[in-house]
Amino acid sequence: MNPASLNPEIGDPSAAYPIKPGHSSGGRLERLLREGRFAVTAELNPPDSADPREVYERALVLSEVVDAINATDASGANVHMSSVGICSLLTRAGYAVVMQISCRDRNRIAIQGDVLGAAAMGVANILCLTGDGVQAGDQPGAKPVFDLDSTALLETVRTMRDEGKFLSGRKLSVPPRVFLGAAENPFAPPYDFRPLRMAKKIAAGAQFIQTQYCFDLPLLERFMSRVRDLGLDRECFILVGVGPLASAKTARWMRSNVPGIHIPDAIIQRLEGAKNQRAEGKAICVEIIQQVRAMKGVAGVHVMAYRQEEFVSEIIQASGVLANRRRTLEAGAAS
Amino acid sequence: MRLWSVRRARAMEFAYQALEGALKALHPVFAKIGYARLEKPVAAVERAAKGFLFDCQMCGQCALSSTGMSCPMNCPKSLRNGPCGGVRPGGFCEVKPAMRCVWDQAFVGSLKMKRGRTIGQPLSPIDHRLWGRSSWLAVARGDHKRMDEAR
Repeated sequence: MNPASLNPEIGDPSAAYPIKPGHSSGGRLERLLREGRFAVTAELNPPDSADPREVYERALVLSEVVDAINATDASGANVHMSSVGICSLLTRAGYAVVMQISCRDRNRIAIQGDVLGAAAMGVANILCLTGDGVQAGDQPGAKPVFDLDSTALLETVRTMRDEGKFLSGRKLSVPPRVFLGAAENPFAPPYDFRPLRMAKKIAAGAQFIQTQYCFDLPLLERFMSRVRDLGLDRECFILVGVGPLASAKTARWMRSNVPGIHIPDAIIQRLEGAKNQRAEGKAICVEIIQQVRAMKGVAGVHVMAYRQEEFVSEIIQASGVLANRRRTLEAGAAS
Repeated sequence: MRLWSVRRARAMEFAYQALEGALKALHPVFAKIGYARLEKPVAAVERAAKGFLFDCQMCGQCALSSTGMSCPMNCPKSLRNGPCGGVRPGGFCEVKPAMRCVWDQAFVGSLKMKRGRTIGQPLSPIDHRLWGRSSWLAVARGDHKRMDEAR
């Protein structure tokens, strides 16, 4: 029986769309990136709740403008609803998701099982992360796992997908057809090593990259120019991380408490000088998106609006990056 | 001492290549004595020497030659393929703010080495069964597959 016939409103999340030749997944994100469109992804702030409606409400406001929603995996080492749980809800409702997997909390046995489960639910994109240290979150006494690192995780999932086997060599009957992503932080030292590290992740299987928050365009340009020299922008799709800062106070807090976030003093001063700091934060974000859009080798943006999902649509619309964009791709490519 | 060794990455690399050649040449001798019998004493010597020079953690699958002679197992996240995104300004560790990032050092070390470019090749996941075992004997035995693959 076709599960879709049980509930026509939800449909069958496991039904694969035809995978085009040369594509790894049946997902919408991969399709439009390969078509050369500027992509927009955004992070969903996971609820501290067992209520699915909290996930659906947040997804609904994002879905106006995004091509895929990132389900975070206890980012900042804080406990929230799991990325597997969020992906299960979102795929059921027909959203395209990027499932984040961090190496901090699970070993290779758990992770490989999650990859199969995710693909079975209809997850088409997986982002492989190392994960912030446990010291950064609300459970600093937890045991850090780090059985794999992000590069080894990429290699693991790629092996599952392309060779149809687990890390152990044991065979899979149906491999997970997923588009593989990794993170990069052009704004943390050692700056000159970052492009090489990205090349290493590409060698291990990364097909798209989502970067850490960009608040420093000269530093991004320095990174991108080296990336272009190495030809890496043609080997993967780079989505630059952006986000609105709610106030100068929040910016200061993030800078000193969230690992890997670099916010130049000039941005903080600009926020402090503004009458309406929240509006200024959004304006800065729009400007950064427009400048990133113009940068050669950038394939899209990844919006991380911490507790401000309601502004993502407004920011993207104001930036104009989706102007004249044909919102529907071919029939059936909605995932 | 770990930092001292990284600063001398080129010399360390040279010493290591010599050691590797010697170990491989000694294979028939080791085989005659028996690798099982040698494991404990050699691992003890290796732990002392590499512990002194590199703060070696005895992961049993040494990758120093492709990590700029900076032992990656000193990274609090045990990263074997490069720095995480949390490195602090000035190249300090996200988890232990007073410690220099192992991978910041590795990058510096790799630039000094003749075969430093191997830092760009992905290393496979670690085999946790090998903790505490001698990498030197593994090299002599020729089953130090990962290390060779990494070149």
